[in-house]
Amino acid sequence: MRTVLFAAFAVILLNELPADVKAASEGVELDHQEWTFDGPFGGFDRQQLQRGFQVYREVCSSCHGLDYIAFRNLEAIGYSEDQTKVLASEYLIEDCCDDQGDIFDRPAIPADGIPNPYPNEQFARASNNGSLPPDLSLITKARANGPDYIYNLILAYEDPPADMEEEIMFGMYYNTVFDGNQIAMAQQLFDELIEYSDGTVATNEQMAKDVTAFLHWAAEPKLEVRKQTGVRVLLFTLVFTVLAYFLKRRIWAGLKH
Amino acid sequence: MSNEKGWGMRAFDWFEERLPIVSFIDHSVGSKYPAPNNLNYFWNFGSLAGFMLVVLMMTGIVLAMSYTPHVDHAFESVERIMRDVNSGWLIRYLHANGGSFFFIVVLIHIFRGMYYGSYKAPREVLWWLGIVIYLLMMATAFMGYVLPWGQMSFWGATVITNLFSAVPIVGDEIVTLLWGGFSVDNPTLNRFFALHYLLPFAIVGVVVLHIWALHIPGSNNPMGIEVTANDKIPFHPYYTSKDVFGLGVFLLFYFTVVFWFPNAMGHPDNYIPANPLQTPAHIVPEWYFLPFYAILRSIDDKLTGVILMFGSILILFVVPWLDTSRVRSANFRPIFKVLFWIFLLDCFVLGWCGSQLPEGLPLILTRVGTFWYFFHFLVLLPVVGWIETPRPLPSSISTPVIASPAE
Ligand code: HEC
Ligand code: HEM
Repeated sequence: MRTVLFAAFAVILLNELPADVKAASEGVELDHQEWTFDGPFGGFDRQQLQRGFQVYREVCSSCHGLDYIAFRNLEAIGYSEDQTKVLASEYLIEDCCDDQGDIFDRPAIPADGIPNPYPNEQFARASNNGSLPPDLSLITKARANGPDYIYNLILAYEDPPADMEEEIMFGMYYNTVFDGNQIAMAQQLFDELIEYSDGTVATNEQMAKDVTAFLHWAAEPKLEVRKQTGVRVLLFTLVFTVLAYFLKRRIWAGLKH
Repeated sequence: MSNEKGWGMRAFDWFEERLPIVSFIDHSVGSKYPAPNNLNYFWNFGSLAGFMLVVLMMTGIVLAMSYTPHVDHAFESVERIMRDVNSGWLIRYLHANGGSFFFIVVLIHIFRGMYYGSYKAPREVLWWLGIVIYLLMMATAFMGYVLPWGQMSFWGATVITNLFSAVPIVGDEIVTLLWGGFSVDNPTLNRFFALHYLLPFAIVGVVVLHIWALHIPGSNNPMGIEVTANDKIPFHPYYTSKDVFGLGVFLLFYFTVVFWFPNAMGHPDNYIPANPLQTPAHIVPEWYFLPFYAILRSIDDKLTGVILMFGSILILFVVPWLDTSRVRSANFRPIFKVLFWIFLLDCFVLGWCGSQLPEGLPLILTRVGTFWYFFHFLVLLPVVGWIETPRPLPSSISTPVIASPAE
């Protein structure tokens, strides 16, 4: 009976876990990447996150917001408090209100969120041929197989096959990963588009990988503490369960069957 | 002096004379509750369900301290819980996955009852109360899933509430009442939050009745026969120690998901804020609703679909009378045993169908699966009870099964 029970658990878990893998498999094959945050003990590579932030800041931030990240949060990816102050101060944000009750501009401080590129949705759409660049702070969790999907997506630009050329609408670009193969975002990454401050060569793939890792941190900033807590909790539960097992055996040993 | 009670015991006795709550608990789930000595690990799932209910209520109340039930703030407040509230991510993942594990546990508990015939006389009311709990859980979980106000929250709520418009005459009024307006909107979110907070307490009430009803006949057992006092052992310490061990094993699974796969049971679209203007490509409910969702879509006519869907659960209420066999445990019912496993498989198939678009092969399977679901209850259960020859029942749970007298 015990085996049946465990088997039942296993079946249910196996039945559930591939749910998000499945969704992606309806589309194209994704080229799976090795991520530092994969696996039971995987975490983030701070250096990579900083590079990824650089890509976001220099490329993506002109169209995509990062609503849930404030400058102070960047301390978690290895910037010092002073660095986040400097980073923040490079942005001007609108505040309300000064002594006269007027709206005024001031340099951002670490407690401020990273400013949005557009003041509102209509403005964003007007600037992008009617399409809305989604906020990126949860994007890797908002897509099936998030990290692999994003990585593949931003690299998947090529010339459309002859039979599709006609179909590509104005302001749309051919993309082999995006659902429907037409996306309103032009190719963003080109080899050596930016110069990494840590000297890494900024190839297309390097930038795609770095920015995706950064976005995964933005979506799941508690990933490391989650897994670390998990290890301790699971070890504790394991010891508890073993002890409970022997206690149970001991208590039941008194019974004659 | 030596046989006189210490002050602690005297204070305890003083209190017990005025409110005998400790002996009440001891009689309910303690050393004064005699249980059959042959219960297997499937009997752990009742206490596990109670444990999950408590976990969900505790984490839920903490979540509610930082959650904002307003369409403009709900999604953000959940993200704030995930990012800025101390250990908020843990509380939320425990709660969100706790819902799934509560269902896993309760479903095993229900199928256990089906396999061992625990719904048969004299436990019909106990069985009814279990189904009431199951219905309340589904309502609670459905409304909980709306709270984070993601795309699936919004569209799931829209699809499910719209079902009620199929009710003749008063359908539209019911939907307006559920919505608190003319579409799923802020009033909907508010009332769902209020009810999501309330219903678990109603569940606690029904659980108390459920346990009360259990204590009248006592626990069934894997052999499904009456148990003499000789073959009973006190619940505490025997089954409490067994339950604690089972709890440990269960927690290993639960924690593995919470700490390593916290989003595996959810849908990625629920990390996109609700947008009433953009319908997701593929609206799917939480996994525990999938079989019912499949039954709903097995037929083109909306009202019939709704009737079948609710009927698939309500039919459980009459199972004690649909099953005409007096023998409880499937272990002694060769045909029923096979049908049980087929039925379980059918539920998995329907669950898979519910996650697919209703067309092509999934639609055919949905129809076959739905047919089988009702065929099992309405035809097979009564007929098999009449024609099946059960294996000989032992005279007591301690006597080994004897060869049939004919041999
Ligand atoms: C010129 C503006 C612009 C820039 C710069 C830009 N994007 Fe986009 N992005 C868009 C638009 C517009 C969309 C919406 C596409 C659509 O819905 O067809 C989009 C969509 C996306 C999506 C969502 C795809 C989906 O599955 O819905 C991701 C992910 C994304 N961009 C990532 C990035 C990253 C990473 C960068 C930086 C390397 C970047 N974008 C830079 C305009 C931009
Ligand atoms: C029968 C017990 C319960 C079940 C089955 C249940 C189920 C759920 C589910 C499935 C969700 C959605 C999770 C998500 O995807 O985020 C949820 C959210 C929520 N629940 Fe419960 N719940 C229960 C009890 C409670 C209680 C007693 C409270 C106390 C108020 C509560 C408060 C909340 C809150 C505030 C949310 C929104 C936050 C979030 O989405 O994480 N729950 N619940």
